[in-house]
Amino acid sequence: MHAAASQSEIVKSTKLSKLYAGKAVVNKLDLTIDSGCFCGILGPNGAGKTTTLRMLVGHCPMDSGELSILGLAMPENASLVRESIGVVPQMDNLDADFSVEENLYVYGRFFGLSSVVLKERTKELLEFASLEEKAKCKISELSGGMRRRLTLARALINKPKLLILDEPTTGLDPQARQAIWQKLRELKKQGLTLILTTHYMEEAERLCDRVIVMDQGEIMADAAPKELIKGEIESHVLEVHAASEALLEQLRCDSSIARFEKSGDICFFYGEKLNHALEVLEESSHDDYLFRPANLEDVFIKLTGRDLRE
Amino acid sequence: MSKLARVWLFLARSQSIWSRHIRVWSKLAGPSLMGNFGEPVLYLLVLGYGLGQFVGEVEGLTYMAFLASGVACTSAVNAASFEGMYSAYTRMEVQQTWLGMLATPINVGEVVFGEILWAATKSLISVSAILIVSMVLGLIADGWALFILPVAFLTGLCFASLALVVTSSAKSYDFFLYYSTLFITPMVLLSGVFFPIDTLPNAVQWLSKVLPLYHAISLVRPLMTGGELTSVFLHLFVLATFGSAAATLATYRIKKRLIR
Ligand SMILES: Nc1ncnc2c1ncn2[C@@H]1O[C@H](COP(=O)(O)OP(=O)(O)O)[C@@H](O)[C@H]1O
Ligand SMILES: [Mg+2]
Repeated sequence: MHAAASQSEIVKSTKLSKLYAGKAVVNKLDLTIDSGCFCGILGPNGAGKTTTLRMLVGHCPMDSGELSILGLAMPENASLVRESIGVVPQMDNLDADFSVEENLYVYGRFFGLSSVVLKERTKELLEFASLEEKAKCKISELSGGMRRRLTLARALINKPKLLILDEPTTGLDPQARQAIWQKLRELKKQGLTLILTTHYMEEAERLCDRVIVMDQGEIMADAAPKELIKGEIESHVLEVHAASEALLEQLRCDSSIARFEKSGDICFFYGEKLNHALEVLEESSHDDYLFRPANLEDVFIKLTGRDLRE
Repeated sequence: MSKLARVWLFLARSQSIWSRHIRVWSKLAGPSLMGNFGEPVLYLLVLGYGLGQFVGEVEGLTYMAFLASGVACTSAVNAASFEGMYSAYTRMEVQQTWLGMLATPINVGEVVFGEILWAATKSLISVSAILIVSMVLGLIADGWALFILPVAFLTGLCFASLALVVTSSAKSYDFFLYYSTLFITPMVLLSGVFFPIDTLPNAVQWLSKVLPLYHAISLVRPLMTGGELTSVFLHLFVLATFGSAAATLATYRIKKRLIR
């Protein structure tokens, strides 16, 4: 591989596959992520997001295909690669036996960093994570959001070039989530390459330059969030709740409706203007409806379906 | 990277794991050390005194002196086994500490070796406490007893590795009871801790001689009581062989369990 290519291509996979019990959980994935990109991976539960990330750090042997990270072939160079990446795992694994500060210190020692270096970095990172006040606290005394911020700070102890985050904000309240977002934006500004998985469309929409929608181990769509909404779906959605069959029949006469879906007692009409349908609704006494621009969630549902995934 | 540099890196990373463990231990060193001193004192005084009245001399030693070396070896076994099973399992499954370590340049082999080093250190701490107690009780013959420490460490390495093999296939803490009940306890009863094994039927003697604890005791007892050391290399060889075979197997199995 050319030096130039390895500089800009942080992640490169070709036909990367992983099978569990004969079933492809990651299926011939071709993925290239350039330096400085903030890449979001969206997908329902079981789509293969975590498995993909685990392959990136060498925690999951691949069944076929090729993968290189930072220009180094995986999994042979996993240990070397991990010197330059940071990982925020889906499940917290902070060290409950240690204080906040010690968590950073001990983790840094695993990278072979010296005490002197770590003293300084610990201070910087506590500040970055807004945890200076909690430096001496036990992990059990931290809120969910603080734990996540500490896990993030810990992942930065080795000054990584690539940061991998597996559902970093799942289970957090809106304030805590926004605090994490703000930290991630700062990191992006510093030129770090980030890969994040999430269930929250809003998160991907606000943070990422590039969104990959994944389902059943395959890439369903891959573009900037705005492009995705523009390219994959009609511009507007009309949601009508609990309408009678007769009314729905009338609404469906609108020739500008491109697509129609029913989920429970909600009907979704997709299209550009939907003038006729809106007129019908205005004239009827039914006022339980919503007309809005399409968003990433609509794209997601279109690509991955409405079925529940457990 | 040269071979030497690679070995050095392996040791340095294992050592960083060992440091993490000793850091945790030092926070609770007080109660932990009390256990290390308290238990052997109780065993030696109660069993040595009480049973000693009936038993009289064993192999030319007071019963308490005979027992002390057995208790030392047993505690090395127990300390390393507990660490290699309950504590290691907690870090592997419950707290996912290992997974955290594996997100750094550290590999499975280094995690496992770090655990083994630490568990053997626990054996060393525990045996040191027993030696101090034994010295106070006048059960130590001479300075040769200091060589018990490296033997205790080796015994710890051996039993920590065996315990990690068990841990590598454990589904819950209950699983460890099989190993304790079916392996450790019978071995302790049959390896010459409480009585010399030549009172046992021949077949049972052979069984105890293929298990590592007997070999630890064969080294520790003469070192402690000033007796004659025999077959030193054989004893060391058995402990080292069990240890390295188990460590290799444990690494292989834990890798399969975590990296899948
Ligand atoms: N270690 C494993 N053994 C067997 N199946 C697994 C294992 N890890 C994940 N899977 C399966 O692979 C699929 C994808 O899982 P995962 O990558 O965790 O999905 P996601 O993170 O997108 O929710 C799921 O169906 C899951 O059950
Ligand atoms: Mg996941």
